[in-house]
Amino acid sequence: MDWGSILTNSLEATVGIDAVYFALAAIGLNVHFGYAGLLNFGQSAFLAMGAYGLAVSVATYGLPFWAGIAIGLGLSVALAILLGIPTLRLRADYLAIVTIAAAEIIRLIARSVALEDKFGGTDGLQQFSAGFYKMNPYPDTHRYGIGTVDFDAREFWVITVGWVLVTLSCLVVWLLMRSPWGRVLKAIREDEDAVRSLGKNVYAYKMQALVIGGVIGSLGGFVAALGKGSVQPDLYGTETTFLAYVVLILGGAARVLGPVVGAMILWTLLAFTDSALRQAVGTGHIPTSVLQSTQVGEVRFMLVGLGLVLLVVFRPQGIFGDKKEIALDAR
Amino acid sequence: MTPDDLPTPAESAAEHRVRSDPHAVAMDALSGTAAEPGSAKPDPILVADSVVRQFGGLTAVNVAHLEVQRNSITALIGPNGAGKTTLFNLLTGFDRAEAGAWTFERRVISGMPPHRVARAGMVRTFQLTKALAKLTVLDNMRLGAGGQRGESLWAAMARPLWRRQEDAITARAMVLLDRFNLAKVAHDHAGTLSGGQRKLLEMARALMTSPRLVMLDEPMAGVNPALAQSLLDHVRALRDEGMTVMFVEHDMDVVRHIADWAIVMAAGSIVAEGPPAAVMADERVIDAYLGAHHDAPLSLEEEEQRLAEAEVSMVAEAEAPLVTEEGGTSGS
Repeated sequence: MDWGSILTNSLEATVGIDAVYFALAAIGLNVHFGYAGLLNFGQSAFLAMGAYGLAVSVATYGLPFWAGIAIGLGLSVALAILLGIPTLRLRADYLAIVTIAAAEIIRLIARSVALEDKFGGTDGLQQFSAGFYKMNPYPDTHRYGIGTVDFDAREFWVITVGWVLVTLSCLVVWLLMRSPWGRVLKAIREDEDAVRSLGKNVYAYKMQALVIGGVIGSLGGFVAALGKGSVQPDLYGTETTFLAYVVLILGGAARVLGPVVGAMILWTLLAFTDSALRQAVGTGHIPTSVLQSTQVGEVRFMLVGLGLVLLVVFRPQGIFGDKKEIALDAR
Repeated sequence: MTPDDLPTPAESAAEHRVRSDPHAVAMDALSGTAAEPGSAKPDPILVADSVVRQFGGLTAVNVAHLEVQRNSITALIGPNGAGKTTLFNLLTGFDRAEAGAWTFERRVISGMPPHRVARAGMVRTFQLTKALAKLTVLDNMRLGAGGQRGESLWAAMARPLWRRQEDAITARAMVLLDRFNLAKVAHDHAGTLSGGQRKLLEMARALMTSPRLVMLDEPMAGVNPALAQSLLDHVRALRDEGMTVMFVEHDMDVVRHIADWAIVMAAGSIVAEGPPAAVMADERVIDAYLGAHHDAPLSLEEEEQRLAEAEVSMVAEAEAPLVTEEGGTSGS
């Protein structure tokens, strides 16, 4: 087995596009769920707003790149407000139901045959990222990276922008959550009525949190769309939302860097198990009667899932979480 | 709580006359007030008219007229299921009334969402204590302060804009925590506090809003006698500082020793009010608590039936839904 290439694959995934956009999705979700206690099960819809906002503007309507970005951001704000108005006045579970349904509606509209000329149906849209790569400062003459962990100029440009966005998002979350505004948000997560009785407009705070987390999610959508060079409706399904939750819980909810570390670990593990299993099957260490190379994709999720179960059992607070805080729930 | 530990009403009244003038004024005012349901007070801070709240077919609250004298301690008493907590929820905006209007300091607050009622200067606590478990005790306190610049989204990100105000709020919070014997746990999570300490914290936190009327829903429930004594002292201190206190209570000793005025509710309406001692001797009040035939010995079945009824009404009261500020229901 070639451990060198397994290691290279894993480390490339640690900082790769998937880790970046899941980190952004989970940072947004952290604002919703970790800090404000909002059960948003439709984070994929906010990613779709970013990705499709950009792709449709540029590929379908021929608008410039930055117009696409502005439209994507505007759509994510609009979606947050639209979801928030009817549900934030109600109990937490209503938001969960509405967001999961809204995300599915958006995905099904995007892949519908009737609107294929606008959204590209199940094939999605391509050729909207030229404006982005025109800004690429890295000359396309060699590869960028450390040792064998390297990327071509295009990948490296997306990854650079992606990590800048992750850093800025973390900075905003950190600044907000150490402030009195963040204190109100965390208090709402604990008990809304207590916060109301102290003269705070709970509804307004929840709406602000929903918008901020949604906008950060849409940044993840931009990175996903640009990094893959295409948008496809099925990338914005419920699995994306649930994987973002996995990332959040793995890293530790209500911790600024929790989602980032969670995303890096999850994608490292997925890449590691994938390469290791493929090599083991390829070199005959695992006989084909037990596992075939076509089954590796599913089996790696099983193994990572098992790891997550063990994590939740032995370290329910996640990697960065505070065990004492979890214990307070039991009271 | 043993009644002997507490000063008698006469003593405490005399004591307070020396200590605080506004309260003496309030006591004089109350002494001239008729002891009848819905009686008019000389200087009411809260006035409510024809407040009705129904849960399906059940009329939980039907209060024709209610006035609360400024600078007094008013007890709201009554058997389980009388609608005391529901009335509290209505007056503070946590529940919506079918009908009725009420004013706080002559300002109409009926129909106002709870956060605006609190900002107007009328703060409440809850029967089931709502300490924010994962926030520190100090953060619980700081949350209570009103008009914080750092609580607006844009200013929040720029610490210099709110740092000074935060320091001032922290200083005020520490003074209050000190007074409520919580200073040494200021940096602990509120979830680690004992039940009694949570009651103290909730009262202290309510004071951070700088209220003029404090509404306490069963402040003594589940508190050990030693702590209850200190809670009573705190309640008295609020009045002596110029606040008005209205509280729901079941312990008659507490009511007798601390309240200036008692309002008795039964089956949703006010059936009696007056000075606590007089009210407790009132035939209607005894009937409301014990039933009209309380002199006749109870059979075992009757006793069991009453217990069951009391339990049902307690459950109903505890489960009465709280309406969120915009009208949806929260809770079960």
